[in-house]
Amino acid sequence: MINLRIDDTPVQAEPNSTILTAARAAGIRIPTLCHLDALRPVGACRLCLVEVRNWNGRLVPACATPVQEGLDVVANSDRLASLRRTILELLFAERNHICAFCVSNGHCELQDLATELGMDHVTFPYRFPALAVDASHAKFGIDHNRCVLCGRCVRACAEVEGAFTWGFAGRGVHTLVDADLGEPWGESETCTGCGKCVQACPTGALFEKGKATAEQVKRPALLADVTQRRPRA
Amino acid sequence: MREIKVPVTRIEGHGLITIVLGRDRKVSRARFHVTEGRGFERFCQGRTLWEMPGITARICGICPVSHLLCSAKAGDAILAVRPPHPADKLRRLMNLGQFVESHALSFFHLSSPDLILGWDSDPKARNVFGLAAAHPQLALDGIRLRAYGQEIISALGEKRVHPAWAVPGGVRAPLTPAARDRLAAKLPEAMRIAQDALSLYEDTMGNWADEVATFGNFPSLFMSLVGEEGAWEHYEGRIRFVDAERRIVADGLDPARYPEYIGEAVEGWSYLKFPYFQRDGYPDGLYRVGPLARLNCCDRIGTRRADEALGRFRSIAGGKAVTSSFHYHYARLIEIVAALERVEAYLDDPEILSPRVRAEAGVNELEGVGVHEAPRGTLFHHYWVNEDGILERVNLIVSTGHNNLAMNRTVAQIAHHYLDGAKVTEGLLNRLEGGIRAYDPCLSCSVHAAGRMPLRVVLVGPDGEVLDEKVRDA
Repeated sequence: MINLRIDDTPVQAEPNSTILTAARAAGIRIPTLCHLDALRPVGACRLCLVEVRNWNGRLVPACATPVQEGLDVVANSDRLASLRRTILELLFAERNHICAFCVSNGHCELQDLATELGMDHVTFPYRFPALAVDASHAKFGIDHNRCVLCGRCVRACAEVEGAFTWGFAGRGVHTLVDADLGEPWGESETCTGCGKCVQACPTGALFEKGKATAEQVKRPALLADVTQRRPRA
Repeated sequence: MREIKVPVTRIEGHGLITIVLGRDRKVSRARFHVTEGRGFERFCQGRTLWEMPGITARICGICPVSHLLCSAKAGDAILAVRPPHPADKLRRLMNLGQFVESHALSFFHLSSPDLILGWDSDPKARNVFGLAAAHPQLALDGIRLRAYGQEIISALGEKRVHPAWAVPGGVRAPLTPAARDRLAAKLPEAMRIAQDALSLYEDTMGNWADEVATFGNFPSLFMSLVGEEGAWEHYEGRIRFVDAERRIVADGLDPARYPEYIGEAVEGWSYLKFPYFQRDGYPDGLYRVGPLARLNCCDRIGTRRADEALGRFRSIAGGKAVTSSFHYHYARLIEIVAALERVEAYLDDPEILSPRVRAEAGVNELEGVGVHEAPRGTLFHHYWVNEDGILERVNLIVSTGHNNLAMNRTVAQIAHHYLDGAKVTEGLLNRLEGGIRAYDPCLSCSVHAAGRMPLRVVLVGPDGEVLDEKVRDA
């Protein structure tokens, strides 16, 4: 076992586990957004940033940093709270997140994080990008206005379903999740229509068609469940 | 040329009245401007059909239910389904709750200070707080009646404001027996308040003969939905137009084919469009909608107490149409009674507890129109979608819009009657506002419910010099 300290609490963790896993086992809350059990960590959203005292206060993503003997980790501090709020503000400012009529209103991880971290204002100018809704799929739709580019759908599709339908197109702020290198979702030849991407999505970006305001409840834990139940060779 | 500008308060939103005087000091023109533009028809484009009730409900915080239901009905048309009967009844029940809530707000909170305390009383006390000081029971009653309407809405939609409950194909959740019983227990008090208010109006309307004669008192057409055999209707039915003699001008019109008989004109000086009856052209095709129009159009209401009141209402015009917009207040109070009587009937109907409340379907039509009666008048939502159910075009004709021409004529009539060219009087200002307020226009929010009334009037002389200026702070 590896011994480390998180928020001045001595913690033991399995070798090859991450700071996030160790913190969760010790009952210490670290907010996450792009992380989802069963999917490979990518450290994309940076909301789980923690400070490592004996690495000169360096900030590392807890979800993607393996534990090491003797690490002295700060998981919750005023500085981290401020950084996490700023990251959230940037996410909200980047696209058109309008909770009032969103299908996921009340069941949204982004919204819950804003509440938890006390993000009551966005101090950056909103970008208001003109983004489309693709509802060409028979069962599902994707609203790029609500996408935070966490990549959970892309990983769920590749790692759990094995279909590799979803990918990223474009660069930086112009990045979009798209199906089959830019086909309308409904015309995708690789999509199996399994809906794992929808269940993995933390916001209302991916939704089941026919759901009205606040009706879309997601089951992200489903991904870990199906992975665990899967027979191994 | 002289011009007087009057910002309008104690209505839902921002408006402005300008009165232009000729060199003879007579009113040469008066206009009611709606000074806010919101762009719903544009930014709904690209959204999904299923979100539309949630989006359009945000048009208003006073009558969100009206847009919610109308949007869901347009959605029904695009899905090409009929909601199950229990859903239909529950939607009607919610709309009746909206009538009670909105009409109570208009009468008790916004207009009764003028009617009860007097048009020339001290403006500092002529608001809902002054009313509470002078007539505590009346003010309390108003609050309770409005709360009852809101309770109907929240019993169904879980929220008093902006419930995202009606959806294309039906509604999301049925009514629980506990909520039904709660509503039934409070109904007698609501009915008592509504009848008291109606009696109060009937006893005092003789005091306002001058206002009745000048607050939009002119012959015009009236439009509303009517139900089977000409019954008062708030949710379905066919469109009827009557004239000032209460002769039927057009009847049985399909509401979904409104572009065949309603035209929409645009003026550069207002953000609100000007609908008109096509046969008579613009602007002669002026018609009025809302409580006054519904009572003028229908043959009967269909419930005992409301029909008795309708008889008294008809008698003030000798059986012809009541043409003074002042009596919108009267009609509103009768409609509260009518709504409560229907609520009573629905609460006794076991079918409203059925869990069968939603028809599921995909996109089966590419165009759909939803029409019903909002508290302020006939509301149209017209959507065009693509094969995936994404909105390509939206046309909304909101109740206040139908009354735009009538409100303009009302302002001109009041200005002609009360304006003394040399002086801007408190009484004139309040009557201009009161004339508009009679229509209970919904331009957006309810600022004045908190007692604020900022008002600025500038009288400008022929060469642009300020002759008189009056400022009243909040």
